[in-house]
This record gives sequence, C-alpha cells and structure tokens, in this order.
Amino acid sequence: MYTQGLDQQGKPEQEKQRRPAESEAELRAFQRRCDAEEKIEAKDWMPEAYRRTLVRQISQHAHSEIIGMQPEGNWLTRAPSLKRKVILLAKVQDEAGHGLYLYSAAETLGVSRDKMVDDLLSGKAKYSSIFNYATLTWADIGAIGWLVDGAAIMNQVPLCRCSYGPYARAMVRVCKEESFHQRQGFDIMHVLCSGSEAQKAMAQDALNRWWWPSLMMFGPSDKDSEHSAQSMAWKIKRFSNDELRQKFVDATVPQAEFLGLRVPDDDLHFNEATGHYEFGDIDWQEFYDVLAGNGPCNRERLAKRQKAHDDGAWVREAARAYAAKHAVQEAA
Amino acid sequence: MSHTNWPLYEVFIRSRSGLSHRHAGSLHAADDDMALDHARDTYTRRMEGVSIWVVRSDRIVASDPAETAALFEPAEDKIYRHPTFYEIPDGVENL
Repeated sequence: MYTQGLDQQGKPEQEKQRRPAESEAELRAFQRRCDAEEKIEAKDWMPEAYRRTLVRQISQHAHSEIIGMQPEGNWLTRAPSLKRKVILLAKVQDEAGHGLYLYSAAETLGVSRDKMVDDLLSGKAKYSSIFNYATLTWADIGAIGWLVDGAAIMNQVPLCRCSYGPYARAMVRVCKEESFHQRQGFDIMHVLCSGSEAQKAMAQDALNRWWWPSLMMFGPSDKDSEHSAQSMAWKIKRFSNDELRQKFVDATVPQAEFLGLRVPDDDLHFNEATGHYEFGDIDWQEFYDVLAGNGPCNRERLAKRQKAHDDGAWVREAARAYAAKHAVQEAA
Repeated sequence: MSHTNWPLYEVFIRSRSGLSHRHAGSLHAADDDMALDHARDTYTRRMEGVSIWVVRSDRIVASDPAETAALFEPAEDKIYRHPTFYEIPDGVENL
C-alpha cells in the first residue's frame, strides 16, 4: 500500500562510513549512470549507502503492506454485503501480494527475508504510521481506499521510475493494482454519501479522522527531511514530500466536494493565483509520536503480526518436513 | 523464532500463447509444487498468465555484470552483421 518519507528515520549507527573500497572514481561513475537514467540492477556495483537506503525504504514499504492488511482485515467479517466482502478480501490479498513483491525486491540487495521479518517483529524496522490508526466503522474502509491508497498512488507512481530496477518493476505491478483499491474506496464513500443522514455522517466522521494522518503519510516537510537530497540525486526519489502532498491535496479536495463532505481544515482554501489548494499546519508531534510507537494501535498491530507468525510456525515446519521427505524419495 | 529457510525461486509467466515466458519476480517456497502454487497466487491474481515456470534461483547460471564489457565486446565491432551496413544502389528493390 505505501511507503512514506521514513528514510530519514535511519539510525545513526546505520550511517557507517562508506567502505574504503569505494573510490571516488567508482562513485562518480555510479552517479553518471544515475544521471543518464540508466537502471541499476541487483548485481551491479553500487555505493554501500545506496544499497542501505534502498533496503531500508523497500523493507519499510513491504512491512507497511503486511501491517496494512490488519486495519482492513478488521472489517472482513462485518462487510455490509457479500459483494463488499469479496471485494475487500481481494484487496487485502493484494496487500499481501504487494508485500511479497517488495520483500523479493529488497532481497535482491542481499538482505534475507528472515532478517526483515525479525526486524519488523522486534520493532526495529518502521512501517507507515497510517496503519496505527483504528478502523472504527465501515466508512473507514472507504476512507482508507480513497485517501490512504490515493496518497499511496501519488507516491508510488514516481517510484516506477526509481533508478533501482527490481524496485521500479515491483512498483509497476503494485501501481496497476492500486487504482482498483482507490476506486473501491471512493465507491464506498459515494454510496454512503448518497444514503441516509446517518450514513453520510459516518462518511464525514471517517474523513475527519483519516484526513490529517493521510497528509502525514508523505513524511516530514522538506525542510526537515534530511536524506531527501541524496535520494533525489540517486533518482530513488523523484518529487519531494511537500510536492507530493500538494498534488494529493489538489486532487482530493474536489473529490470531497463532489461527495458533499467537508475537509476538516479551517485554513483550507483555493489560491487562484497559484492554482493550488493551501492547507493548514500539520501536527507533526502526532506524526512523531505514532512513529515512536505511541499511536492508537501500534502495540496491537505488532502483537497480531507476532501471533500470526507464531501460529504459522507449524505450517512452515510441516512444509519443510514434507519437502525434505519427498526430496529423499525422489533421490531414491 | 522459527525461520523458514525456504529456497528462493524465480517465476516466469507466459501472458498469452504466442508470447514467451517472461520474468515476473521471485518467491520463497518449500518445494517445486508450492512454488507453482505461490506463483499463481502472487503473480497471476488478474489473469496475467496462461503458463508459469518456476526455477530455483540457485540453479540459474548468470553472467557477471563486472565482466559485461569483455563478454559482449566481440560483437561490438562486427557491424557487418547488420543489414544497415550495406549500401543498396538506387533502383534495386525487394532487398
């Protein structure tokens, strides 16, 4: 579903000095390849910092997809109709698929799947802050598809042109599937907004709760985003956090107006001169609190993932035993 | 913590008959059958394929990117292998 501007969250000890083996000439040659828009492939030479940045970003992205199944999974058994249920099942299955594409892309950089899973479960690795908010009503499923997947698309479309080939290819696949997610979300909102007063109020309440966290998904403001410049130079990132956030607001506000919903921001207004919507200040303290593990659902999300991992242990064991047994039989 | 250690497989999908199989991505599986099942669920949820190949990644023999220049150099100066190398006189057709 989404990776956010979390790359600046790298811990200082990860920012080791570059390997002595990296000569200035190698680094310059690598930068020339990036400047020429050449794709970098798995076995190509790359600066250690480039590899580390990508491992962090892609694995965080993968973790976000996997954890992102939970808020939506919460409504699978309570979807209002069989049609809504099969659609939501398909969407949640897509999120699992996106996680798998991304883990595979990260593995091409030499990090193992087990290491990434361990880092998620131990809390060492981050995932998108948005998934630490609760889905209280059915309208939240609509708001997630419309806003959260909408924000994800803004961020992910440029990632299809990322300099790292395996990541770019995974993102092409993800983006193709993501527009179904956004449309099904908008469809849920549209139906609710065309319904009774209570249904419309439910849609408005969901927008009220998801609007600001959705804007936070783009990560800290450019002035506070330390690693952006390097990621831009390496062509991992194509647009700044603030540019993407602005695009999202410009695209989404008219959709809210169509639905007859009010965006919960008293400062929101259209600037005729710039052709952009101007919006109020984001509560960055909330963003950092959620990232630090103190959002509404952080503990619950990780506990549930840990339980699913533990409950699946016997299945993994059995599959391995079965494969080993058949390998012996075939050899005989 | 239990670790999977399932081997890595590369997945190739034929999107429709008449086209060749193309690399779609990779996945982990305990054995070949599971790899095929996972490939179907992971890479063909929207009818992206009519045929799947899976092969263990460690069975693939690949050229070394560091040797790319040397490996492909012999083909570089043989421009006479391309039709555009030859000048065709005006008036000659169907050639």
